[in-house]
Amino acid sequence: MSETITPVRTYLVVFLALMVLTAITVAVAFFELGPLNDIAAMGIAITKACLVILYFMHVRHSSRLTKVVVVAGFLWLLFLIGFTMSDYLTRGMISMQGTIG
Amino acid sequence: MSVTVTTPARRKNYLNADYGIKSWLLTQDHKRIAILYLVSITFFFVLGGVMAALIRVELATPLGDMVEPDTYNRLFTAHGVVMVFLFLIPSIPAVLGNFLIPLMIGAKDLAFPKLNLGSWYVYNLGAILMVAALLRGGTDTGWTFYTPYSSTFADSEVILTALGAFVVGFSSIMTGLNFIVTIHRMRAPGLTWFRLPLFVWAHYGTSLIQILGTPVVAIAILLVAAERLLHIGIFDPALGGDPVLFQHLFWFYSHPAVYIMILPSMGVISELITAFSRKRIFGYKFVAFSSLAIAVLGFLVWGHHLFVSSQSIYAGLIFSVLSMLVAVPSAVKVFNWTATLYQGSISWQTPMIYALGFIGLFVVGGLTGTMLATLGIDMHVHDTYFVVAHFHYIMVGGAIMGYLGGLHFWWPKITGRLYSVFWSKISAGLIFVGFNLTFFPQFLLGYMGMPRRYHSYPEEFQILNVLSSAGATILGLGYLLPLIYFTWSMRYGERASDNPWGAYGLEWETSSPPPTLNFDEPPVVTTEAYDYLAMRDKKTAA
Ligand SMILES: [Cu+2]
Repeated sequence: MSETITPVRTYLVVFLALMVLTAITVAVAFFELGPLNDIAAMGIAITKACLVILYFMHVRHSSRLTKVVVVAGFLWLLFLIGFTMSDYLTRGMISMQGTIG
Repeated sequence: MSVTVTTPARRKNYLNADYGIKSWLLTQDHKRIAILYLVSITFFFVLGGVMAALIRVELATPLGDMVEPDTYNRLFTAHGVVMVFLFLIPSIPAVLGNFLIPLMIGAKDLAFPKLNLGSWYVYNLGAILMVAALLRGGTDTGWTFYTPYSSTFADSEVILTALGAFVVGFSSIMTGLNFIVTIHRMRAPGLTWFRLPLFVWAHYGTSLIQILGTPVVAIAILLVAAERLLHIGIFDPALGGDPVLFQHLFWFYSHPAVYIMILPSMGVISELITAFSRKRIFGYKFVAFSSLAIAVLGFLVWGHHLFVSSQSIYAGLIFSVLSMLVAVPSAVKVFNWTATLYQGSISWQTPMIYALGFIGLFVVGGLTGTMLATLGIDMHVHDTYFVVAHFHYIMVGGAIMGYLGGLHFWWPKITGRLYSVFWSKISAGLIFVGFNLTFFPQFLLGYMGMPRRYHSYPEEFQILNVLSSAGATILGLGYLLPLIYFTWSMRYGERASDNPWGAYGLEWETSSPPPTLNFDEPPVVTTEAYDYLAMRDKKTAA
């Protein structure tokens, strides 16, 4: 495996970015954004997770196989959430009288 | 081959390389760890079998006259938990997979020998927790731990049993991880992916499921514990939760878990069918990729367990269609095995009898599975004996037939000894007949409406139940025989040659039993898998 040496500066920048994003999460919590509340919080969280995976976990410079493994993990999480939501999002859609939703 | 062998003349192998209990309990040899697993899972198979026997005795009469209803609940829960988590899931991967994968790919061991040994200890730790729960009175939720019963109402040992399942899950993850890394990194020179034995492909698919699925059931179990102990609202509607969410999380793992049981078995069958037909498998790539297809598609069908659990009918529709779809790669395998038999030079050795038995029983189990995946039929037979019969055809008729077939096939390699041909054929016959007599009547009972998990039933169901209990006796006898003649053969069996079946594969090219490092010289592969023609030509030339 060819090791790419990441300069310390990169780690510091990523660390700083994570701190700033945390601060933004806290700041956003003070505003009422309606449906955007969840989207903002999740968006920031996903960005942070990606930074950690790409830089701190070295996935950015890993082999293609490692990348496939990482992506597969997320794909399976998507399966879990997506198909479960196919139940929760459509449960109320039947409107026959006398049936239990 | 009646050469009197004196001890010094026997060559060193993994069994006589070292002696003493410590050399076993601290071993890092994949072959010895496989034996450790074999001992553990055989113990739990017997334990789970005793529970099954008690259930069948109770059900021989319509009245609940042997055990209390509550005891009966604990009995079938213990039967399910022990058989699923402590026997079926580790059975083929941890014993045969552990022993054979390094041999089949020409490696000295698995990639992480210490992790391998660790997995056995983790397995036993989880098993001890479950046995402790059993000794404290057991659990009455069924092996599925459904909420809200398990989280709010049950006052049995739910947490201890669930914790045991949680811990055992990690041993399963460790095994899967080890296999994937080993198959990727440690294949012998020349052993390309499409030259791998199909047993290895099947275990690759199995390992994917173990790694991707097991964490989810672990989380689901933790959430039940969190709700019971800390009253966090996950599943309890009174606390803002949803009980059906548990079924989603549970079956996200537990449906694919069925493929953890059946895929390795299918891998075994591919080896047996080719070896005893003396032919290359029909459609190698289709069989290989069907293992991966089953592993992936198997994750998208779990909702078929929720058709009557207030799951949205639209989700039910999707899950129904996807469940039908997973029948396609399974059928690909069955057709290709059958096509392999065509014009093969078939010999009726014991492992082959198991393999053919597997195909028959798996077809019945699989086809009734597509019936159950049909929304309209499932409404009627949900939670009846039809379902019980269906999954026993897959998990006992399929998985255990494959396990026993494999054990009979590789036993000479594992122990260096032969067993009684006569008794092994008798036992294979008893198991096939006993199995069908036990479980076929249950299809009829379920179709007639007998619900599962009750200890008494109306009188008109008695004849079929007595047939089922009688079948279980024959089945039990069929399982007892191998236990006896395998134990006997370890000491008194005739010495086996390196390749007693004349089968193709790297594991047959080393001695029986293999040396500690598997091969005297690292093998180099130059031929395709199951190249029986080349093998025959080489033999006639020699
Ligand atoms: Cu299922």
